[in-house]
Amino acid sequence: MSAASWIHPVLALALAPLLPVLIQRVKALFAGRCGPPWGQGYIDLWKLFRKGGIASRTTTWVFRAGPLVNFACLLAALAVMPLGAVSAPLPFDGDWVLLAYLLGLGRFFTVTAALDTGSSFEGMGASREVQFAVFAEPALLIGLAALARETQSLSLSPIYAGLAAGGELPLRILLGAGFFVLYLAENCRIPVDDPATHLELTMIHEVMVLDHGAVDLGFIQWGSALKLWVLGALWAGLLPLGALPGPLSRLAAGAGAILVLAILTGIVESVTARVRLLRVPQLLVGAGVLCALGLLLTFR
Amino acid sequence: MQNGTGSLLIFLILTDLLLLGSSRLRNAIRIGAAQGVALGLLPWLAHGQLTGSALLLGAGSAALKGVVFPALLHRALREIHVRREIEPLIGYIPSLLIGTGVLAAAFAFGARLPLPWESPSPLLVPAGLFTLWTGVFLIMARRKAITQVLGYIVLENGIFALGMVVVEAMPLLVELGVLLDVFVAVFVMGILVFHINREFDHIDSDQLTALKEGAP
Repeated sequence: MSAASWIHPVLALALAPLLPVLIQRVKALFAGRCGPPWGQGYIDLWKLFRKGGIASRTTTWVFRAGPLVNFACLLAALAVMPLGAVSAPLPFDGDWVLLAYLLGLGRFFTVTAALDTGSSFEGMGASREVQFAVFAEPALLIGLAALARETQSLSLSPIYAGLAAGGELPLRILLGAGFFVLYLAENCRIPVDDPATHLELTMIHEVMVLDHGAVDLGFIQWGSALKLWVLGALWAGLLPLGALPGPLSRLAAGAGAILVLAILTGIVESVTARVRLLRVPQLLVGAGVLCALGLLLTFR
Repeated sequence: MQNGTGSLLIFLILTDLLLLGSSRLRNAIRIGAAQGVALGLLPWLAHGQLTGSALLLGAGSAALKGVVFPALLHRALREIHVRREIEPLIGYIPSLLIGTGVLAAAFAFGARLPLPWESPSPLLVPAGLFTLWTGVFLIMARRKAITQVLGYIVLENGIFALGMVVVEAMPLLVELGVLLDVFVAVFVMGILVFHINREFDHIDSDQLTALKEGAP
């Protein structure tokens, strides 16, 4: 373990608020607008963290705990998530299962906090979020299992180190496509959910956080930016970036890949329409099938 | 060459999965055409050198499956005004899930199947078996006659892919004969679909089972 592995979580915490702004700026470029200033994510967080909050009287501690637990889960995920060939700070055997469950736990608390408000809209959003997670989580686990089998190791850091050094090209392409769909779905991006929608009936993730304000909302926004980063690192590790010398250049390449993924997301959001809610499971099952095919390829 | 064959066979599997999950007939025909053209490259890639018979077989099959069949099917589609499969007997998500299961079975079976000749790629037998099964599944689980014709073509694609294992042993005439058979069959089915549609105003083949003599 090197100092570079501790730089990654710090880098993620510092740079994550840049990702949503980057996506918005790409979308603005397509629409012919100028978009938010680069520092908008940080300005929003600064504003929200200084505010005093107010919560509905029907809510309990669960409502306050939701954003915090979600944020804590993502912090813990950063502790086991390597960035390309740069090892994670705390790798251990089987941490890829923990990663999937940390994402699940964060989602569980977000959903519970939404249900705790007693609002029918939030309940609807919570129901949809869980419904799509049913299809997204097996796909993630199958994809990670494929990576584990391909590299013959049980921890994310050696898995991605092995993958950076060499691996089958078809596997990379299949899992890359599968993980990209998962990235869009988990981060509530356009083919699945529209983060900019103003209609509660069509929202999924946004409707679940309507009642949160101030510091809680700050943690939610930072948390969703961190989720972009963690799942982005999952995808960026599939690129063959292992030939670079030195941990710092690898860190820079990994962070660059995550930024490129954000730009790609902005392009997808600009050129595609949201699919119908009924079709979302089909999209996610498709991603799962791609991951499953990747897993089958490792059994040769 | 090994990598090229592997990528081509994975493309074959992916097109099968797309066919299982697509409801638009026009798209399905296009995917089938892409599959046919990709298969045309297989004799050449799988054996490393461009022999005369491989070239003839590949070019003939690509021309037939990539150009002639799609043209016939598109023409039939235009005449009968059907755009998509509305209610398949087995839905698209279940089809995909069953497909994944069968794919796993095909991989397990392909690893155990004793072959008289060395297979050019370990993926060849699983991909061929899965394509074969996709064709049969499309014939069984879809209502529209057009999709069933497409399923028949996909079935033949699977046989073609499996035949690559023995391409050096099998006479060219056999392969060409099979292609001719398929061509005639698709040609006849294309006309048949048109006539069924003109007679009954639909091409839902499962309703044809109710036909019998003396029915009111």
